[in-house]
Amino acid sequence: MTHSVSMTVNGKSVSGEVESRTLLVQFLREHLRLTGTHVGCDTSQCGACVVHKDGQSIKSCTILAAQCDGADVTTIEGLADGDTLHPMQEAFRENHGLQCGFCTPGMVMSALDLVKNNPDPSEKEIREWLEGNICRCTGYHNIVKSIKAGAGSMR
Amino acid sequence: MYDFTYQRAVSVDDAAAKVEGADDAMLMAGGMTLLPTLKQRLAQPSDVVDLSGISGLAGISVEGDKVVVGAMTTHATVAASADVKSKIPALADLADGIGDPQVRNRGTIGGSIANNDPAADYPSACVGLGATIVTNQREIAADDFFTGLFETALDDGEVVTAVKFPTPSKAAYMKFPNPASRYAIVGVFVAQGSDGVRVAVTGAGQDGVFRASEMESALASNFSADAVANISVPEGDLNYDIHASSEYRAHLVTVMAKRAVNKAG
Repeated sequence: MTHSVSMTVNGKSVSGEVESRTLLVQFLREHLRLTGTHVGCDTSQCGACVVHKDGQSIKSCTILAAQCDGADVTTIEGLADGDTLHPMQEAFRENHGLQCGFCTPGMVMSALDLVKNNPDPSEKEIREWLEGNICRCTGYHNIVKSIKAGAGSMR
Repeated sequence: MYDFTYQRAVSVDDAAAKVEGADDAMLMAGGMTLLPTLKQRLAQPSDVVDLSGISGLAGISVEGDKVVVGAMTTHATVAASADVKSKIPALADLADGIGDPQVRNRGTIGGSIANNDPAADYPSACVGLGATIVTNQREIAADDFFTGLFETALDDGEVVTAVKFPTPSKAAYMKFPNPASRYAIVGVFVAQGSDGVRVAVTGAGQDGVFRASEMESALASNFSADAVANISVPEGDLNYDIHASSEYRAHLVTVMAKRAVNKAG
């Protein structure tokens, strides 16, 4: 069965035809060609696919596109202002918060949800918050450092 | 994923009617278990009926000495609720330890208990606090609700609408989490309330959540960690898998019970 869905993605109205079983991440990557959101594990563990839906971080591999009809979605592509990176992205660059970079979009989107509710998180709070984001390069030290710095420049 | 027909219910009655009208429908709350299950092709429903569009199913209220949590209330909302934190801090604490932040933003109490995963956290709070499960048809005592592995007293088309938790005089939840999934390898919920002491164990039992009655009577006369230190549950009734043997789970039940009693104070 197909459904017509319309949603706002990174401030733009988009619509498309999806199957019942189409996941939000498939809609973003395959229909909208927004390939910054990654699929790592596809089992809701790794967090590479984290986006914001209606202001909350969620795993876009574990929600149907049809469920997001009418939603407001932000992906990693929606953060930068032209060539100027978002302060959290800039902090990841400055602090070498990535090795291979595959987990980075999810890390950044997850970090922004943390900072929204907790503008000055401690290292412990950052590490606890990242329970749902896995870096297979194990580059956590610099990721935590980046989030701390990013939070600082956003305050 | 096998294909299915996605339907969005607009009311509880509509959800029940959609289930009734389909060959083999499944209800979806937050989808944190159902969608991974479908992706692994472990289930093949004809229809998935989404409850998230129904207004009035999410939210927390205090009614007399009870905290009422709507079925579609997310774990993140329970964890952050001022009412839950002041009346039943152990429940907020439990919700804050489920999965990870993104799972807590989507997963719901109704979905968790209707699924009755033997390693889920919420069943232990429901049984440990002597909660009442409210559905579109009736009210069910938590002791009668969880009937076995992934099995509940719910009939087809019966929808959980809320859970009513009595406020305990003290309570605490301690779990030994699986380091990857954060599901409970063993979790113990201890509460002292108007109907005495309850000790509910999740993660360990072959039939899901159960009450450790020997610990309950020991704590009723002496609410201290020492009272349960030498009580162990029979390991023959416990789960075993690559993460923990039955013997280790039995050991953990006593350790988590002691820690929960200490935490409850």
